[in-house]
Amino acid sequence: MEKVLEVKDLQVTFTTYGGEVQAVRGVSFDLYKGETLAIVGESGCGKSVTSQSVMRLIPSPPGRIADGAVLFKGKDLTKLKESEMRDIRGADISMIFQDPMTALNPTITIGEQIIEGIMQHESISRQNARKKALEMLNLVGIPNPSERLKHYPHQFSGGMRQRIVIAMALVCEPEVLIADEPTTALDVTIQAQILDLFKDIQKKTGVSIIIITHDLGVVAQVADRIAVMYAGKIVEAGERREIFYNPQHPYTKGLLNSVPRLDLDGADLIPIGGSPPDLFAPPAGCPFAARCGYAMEVCDRVYPYKTHLSRDHHVDCWLQDERAQKMLASVK
Amino acid sequence: MTGYIIKRLIAMVVTLWFIITLTFFLMHSIPGSPFNEERNTSEAVQRNLESFYHLDKPLYVQYGMYLKSVVTFDFGPSIKKSSQTVNEMLGRGFPVSFELGIITLTVAVISGIALGIIAALRHNGFIDYLAMTIAVLGISVPNFVLATLLIQQLAVNLAILPVATWSSPKHMILPTLALATGPMAIIARLTRSSMLEVLTQDYIKTAKAKGLSPVKIVFKHALRNALLPVVTVLGSLAASILTGTFVIEKIFAIPGMGKYFVESINTRDYPVIMGTTVFYSSILIIMLFLVDIAYGVLDPRIKLHKKEAS
Repeated sequence: MEKVLEVKDLQVTFTTYGGEVQAVRGVSFDLYKGETLAIVGESGCGKSVTSQSVMRLIPSPPGRIADGAVLFKGKDLTKLKESEMRDIRGADISMIFQDPMTALNPTITIGEQIIEGIMQHESISRQNARKKALEMLNLVGIPNPSERLKHYPHQFSGGMRQRIVIAMALVCEPEVLIADEPTTALDVTIQAQILDLFKDIQKKTGVSIIIITHDLGVVAQVADRIAVMYAGKIVEAGERREIFYNPQHPYTKGLLNSVPRLDLDGADLIPIGGSPPDLFAPPAGCPFAARCGYAMEVCDRVYPYKTHLSRDHHVDCWLQDERAQKMLASVK
Repeated sequence: MTGYIIKRLIAMVVTLWFIITLTFFLMHSIPGSPFNEERNTSEAVQRNLESFYHLDKPLYVQYGMYLKSVVTFDFGPSIKKSSQTVNEMLGRGFPVSFELGIITLTVAVISGIALGIIAALRHNGFIDYLAMTIAVLGISVPNFVLATLLIQQLAVNLAILPVATWSSPKHMILPTLALATGPMAIIARLTRSSMLEVLTQDYIKTAKAKGLSPVKIVFKHALRNALLPVVTVLGSLAASILTGTFVIEKIFAIPGMGKYFVESINTRDYPVIMGTTVFYSSILIIMLFLVDIAYGVLDPRIKLHKKEAS
């Protein structure tokens, strides 16, 4: 499969009065054509910062891409000039934000907001841009689009607004769509509709999607591959089935255990105790060690190396070391 | 929209009536009258004067006559300057004050908004601090201090601009500068703070993610939303600037209407007090009305008419 986007050892820091926050500490992942990659993790794990860094949208200062590369079509996005980056934003890589209530400008008609994006990137007449906007609104399921183009955001419901935001993001036919918690602000039935819309559009346009979420239900519905982030690192990644049925990292297991299940009657939810480490001074070893039921001495001292379990499935955990595996086998 | 305007017009008339009534009774409750100065007038003369201006009649009769004069827009003769009517005084003074006011407002609004935007875009940078220092100075230095300073430096020491009076564009520079600095500072600070707030909004991030240029983001997406609070203060600011300012007009010997506000009260010149008050209130009410209309234009979420059938 063709690689569309390649993130290599991305490191992002924020300079604050309290010191330097290492929000993303060496994240690497690939995105293939037409697939959906889900980045999951709890609040503050760096998943949004990662996605915004890909588009270089983190506020700078205080934010800064300290190291690493984001390769798109052979170009390293972190090295581009701001004006070159503007040509990529919206045209090649698009982004959808969490809250459709605030993501649209309240004083500009939605038609204008879609059309200005097209006009920015394509040499096209206003008439044709309008036609394109209409097609796109049709595609995302806005009824009566030619009339609706003249309306302002406050005249739409939350679900409709998210459809408009999606239309806006896709109208220039980007190759990558980054959706940062696209369904979190919506109620459950609308969530399902929007997720279906993502799948539908992906089938029609072949766009690659990175979906950022903390909702494993969403992940199960749309993701082809999953990357689990914790404290600024991807601790486990793999195909959806591998992560859901054969999780290896204790954090991934913890996440899956804390999802309410309808099929197991009376099963208790098992929360993960404790809280994530302070990213002003991240621990030298595994950041999850303090909360991990399997933690060993080495976990506090040295960050585990990456173990490949299959072509896609890899995990950063000392339990994968053969010495630990031997121990586990003997205990059993 | 028409319904809204009619409703507002009625409300404006009622407001104006309240102001007129209050002013009338307040004015008459101040001790003293236009005629009791040190100068000794005989009782007969005093009585004649009072009856000429209807001051000997009971207050409610005077009030009724006064309301009539307001409705017909004829405020009668001034008591102190008996050769002039109030209408003549306002008719002569207002165009001058208005001219100075419009120029001042234009300068203050344009430079204030520009300064605010620049400060917001360079938030916490050198330019921001510089702009806000200018703004704080502009607010805290009284305009008569600034006016005298400007006259001393530019008109006397450097002798590049005329000292006073109101005749050519060159004469307008100093009074405009002196008068515009305060409002400019207020507008700059407001624009900056509301711009800073708007720039953190999600839709600005969306606009960036679309690949729009910074210029488009600021002027198309941010400014319009940031201007609402500025428009709010602009209404009352405009009313007071357009109707003249006592101090600046006095310093620069500008024949505006600012002086009538103060002089008429000192001399208990009842018709002039009422004339200036009604005039100022009308302008203020009209300005506030225009501000409300401007809200509707700037922000489509604010509806000025009844819910449209959808």
